[in-house]
Amino acid sequence: MVTFFQQLVNGISLGSVYALIAIGYTMVYGIIKMVNFAHGEIFMVGSFLGLFAVSVLHFTFFPALLFSMIGTGLIGALIEKVAYKPLRNSPPITLFITAIAISMLLKNLVKTNFLAGPNPHSFPEVLSVDVFHIGPVQVSYIQIIVLLTAVILGALLQYFVKKTKTGYAMRVVAYDKDAAALMGINVNRTITITFIIGSALAGAAGVLVGIMYPRLEPTMGTLPGLKCFVAAVLGGIGEIPGAIIGGIVIGFTETMTKAYISSSLADAFTFSLLIITLLVKPTGLLGKKTFEKV
Amino acid sequence: MQKNMKKGIIKIVIVVLVFILAKFLIREGIIGAYTERIIITVGINIILALSLNLIIGYTGQLALGHAAFMAVGAYVSAIFTTKLNLPFVPAIILGAVAGGAAGFLIGWPILRLKGDYLAICTLGFGEIVKVLIQNIEYVGAARGFSGIKLFTTFGWIFLFTVLAYILIKRVVNSVYGRDMRAVSQDEIAAEAMGVNAFRAKLLGFIIGCAMAAFAGGLYAHYLMFIDPVSFDFNKSTEILTFVVLGGIGSTSGSVAGAVILTVLPEALRGFGDFIKTYRMLIYSIMIVILMIFRPQGIMGNRELSLQNLMKKGNTFNIKGGEKDGIA
Repeated sequence: MVTFFQQLVNGISLGSVYALIAIGYTMVYGIIKMVNFAHGEIFMVGSFLGLFAVSVLHFTFFPALLFSMIGTGLIGALIEKVAYKPLRNSPPITLFITAIAISMLLKNLVKTNFLAGPNPHSFPEVLSVDVFHIGPVQVSYIQIIVLLTAVILGALLQYFVKKTKTGYAMRVVAYDKDAAALMGINVNRTITITFIIGSALAGAAGVLVGIMYPRLEPTMGTLPGLKCFVAAVLGGIGEIPGAIIGGIVIGFTETMTKAYISSSLADAFTFSLLIITLLVKPTGLLGKKTFEKV
Repeated sequence: MQKNMKKGIIKIVIVVLVFILAKFLIREGIIGAYTERIIITVGINIILALSLNLIIGYTGQLALGHAAFMAVGAYVSAIFTTKLNLPFVPAIILGAVAGGAAGFLIGWPILRLKGDYLAICTLGFGEIVKVLIQNIEYVGAARGFSGIKLFTTFGWIFLFTVLAYILIKRVVNSVYGRDMRAVSQDEIAAEAMGVNAFRAKLLGFIIGCAMAAFAGGLYAHYLMFIDPVSFDFNKSTEILTFVVLGGIGSTSGSVAGAVILTVLPEALRGFGDFIKTYRMLIYSIMIVILMIFRPQGIMGNRELSLQNLMKKGNTFNIKGGEKDGIA
């Protein structure tokens, strides 16, 4: 039972990071119906930006987080402007291939010797490694900070999307792009803002992962990227609360399989969960049923 | 009829002549071992691109786990040749059957759904296959499967690539192929015309998967060593880029895409240190630029054939008009 609660704590802190990445997938899909496969690499870049801020600029945790979020936000906007915007009206597969090429580009760019180089880096300690005991369950200071950061960012996002004018515009564009344009909403600007927010959240997740698992390498973004995409689909792609639930479910499944079944089979379980969900409820947990018009 | 037979004979003669010429060049040492290696890789990649193009281009279903079916074929055929001492050709055929069966297992439940679900599920399936192989001790788990005998020679590759091309052509122009193309253009309209969309999609998917598994068998008996990591998501996207670069829905485009993208990284190797170090960077930038300026790929959905070459620039269009979107 103690193991279960311990894994519950670990699962929730890992899941909250997955949720942050999954939000980016789901927002971009919601607004332009595109699976942005470069998102996992944005997360990787965020991790390295955090490392740069901490080890070169000697920032503490919070400024480093902010630095990384601003950096990835700008990179996200740049990618959208240069690579995705010219393809707005082309078939989804073209966008998809472009996203894959962008992901290769980011990976190989970070791998060059001017930037990080191909060898793994370790993230310096920016937070204390204290551990609290709640009964027999151990909760580390890092896990609390990670969870708090994720919750605060999630709450800010929810406020932004539901209460501000730009957030309202985002929901309208996601619902009907043409009608939104007719109502005087600047569609291109709204899409760029969506990319900035999604990428900034992935950047934050990158720093948090760097603190939790301090081993950074240029290929670190691919698998979490795929898993968070699974999380977004699981929760119902296009729905922000769905992405959060999906992220936590995926993080939880992963730690539980590692603890009780087999650590090497954990990824297989994550992806089986995806296939089972799609068979039972194809729209995901929170997804709305859509009807196809002829 | 007579005319078709004449054309067929001309094609066979050309293919045989090309084969004899290549074989001669290899024997005389004009084509070196390195170039021969690239040619064999090109052949395998052509079969992979053709098989994925059948699923994406002609059936209109986006599949992202093609490397998994390749892995199934590679591992099954390698088990048959090394552990059960079966000859080469039956073993890779059995590998292809296994790949087709895997395609049926994943396609049968998923192809009933509409939208991007096949893409997501095949992606998940790809990861599952990789992780499962990593945990099966019988085939060497994560260390990889070694001790496979070398069977795939230039002759076999040439034969199977030509056969794969002919097979795809025959399938696409058959009754079933017409159903697939109808479904890829508009599924609802096709169903209204009495096409069994589910059956057409499933058939295209299974044939594509079986062919990928066949290519996997060739790959295993060429490299003599296979490991689960070489069949990951990156491999699947590599095959996908062949198809998209060549032009979705164009058989000759898939061949062109596979040839260009296999030779290009090797060619960049020969250009001095700068390009050698950054060749993957250059490769990815080139794909982005290509997608922005020519999103329909090199061939669009047109075909290159003997007839068109003779008519000079008058390319005929099998589908009538540029295709505006798939998946």
